[in-house]
Amino acid sequence: MTDAGYVIAAYGVIIGGLALYAYSVMRRLAAKRNDRDEGR
Amino acid sequence: MKTRILGIVALVAVAAMVLIALFVVPADLNQGDAQRIMYPHVASAWLAYLSFGVTALAGIGWLWKRDIRFDAVALAAAEIGVVFTAFAIWGGMMWGDPVWGVMWQWEDPRLTTTALLLALYVGYLLLRRLTDDPERRATRAAIVGIVAAVDIPIVHFSVEWWRGLHQTATIGSPDRVLNPAAPMVFVGTLIGMVGAFTLAWAYLIIRRYQLARLDVERDEAARIERLMSARTAEVAR
Repeated sequence: MTDAGYVIAAYGVIIGGLALYAYSVMRRLAAKRNDRDEGR
Repeated sequence: MKTRILGIVALVAVAAMVLIALFVVPADLNQGDAQRIMYPHVASAWLAYLSFGVTALAGIGWLWKRDIRFDAVALAAAEIGVVFTAFAIWGGMMWGDPVWGVMWQWEDPRLTTTALLLALYVGYLLLRRLTDDPERRATRAAIVGIVAAVDIPIVHFSVEWWRGLHQTATIGSPDRVLNPAAPMVFVGTLIGMVGAFTLAWAYLIIRRYQLARLDVERDEAARIERLMSARTAEVAR
């Protein structure tokens, strides 16, 4: 593969970033739901 | 449950399209494998437009109906739009360096207006932190969200209106909807990637909206508690 470094950097950041963002939203949502259920 | 299924479908679709884009579709004859970056780059840019368009429409909804749910949608879409704009810029830089010889050029209208788009919506998110009053926050944010959306068509048509490094649209420009500027195998893969990313976007919008709604509920409960405390103190005096 030509320019493999660029391709890996692009896909790594975009797909990895998408996964990290999804994880962060789900974690924040779970924490807020816990707070609500515990009456905080 | 339905949202969870959507999340699983989106995950499978994105994974499949990444594998197709990296290992199944042939490399471009001129640009080589660097052209494979086009798929997530263009998909991210499309979702940035969609997100900020939703933010503007939800802002109009808030100003019209005064329903705080519109503000929660606007917030969810703006935050996700900022994420996708950052992805589009990063993908463009990684594609630009091997193809143009530079990652960034401020003289290029597409690059500069996209950077402005990112700055506008980071500003939008920061503006929301300036007040605790949900109604004032929603109104200010709605106005900024509507005004900032003016940059969306400027970003999209900048490659048609002005000359720069950035290529013109592969699809999506008025004269290329039925006559794309790339081979059909590339266009098909691009459409597949846009579809997969849009599923992921839909999942994220729903989850981020649910989070924003919980914040609204918490703010409202805190506001009622403050009012009750003030009332109790008043009665006690």
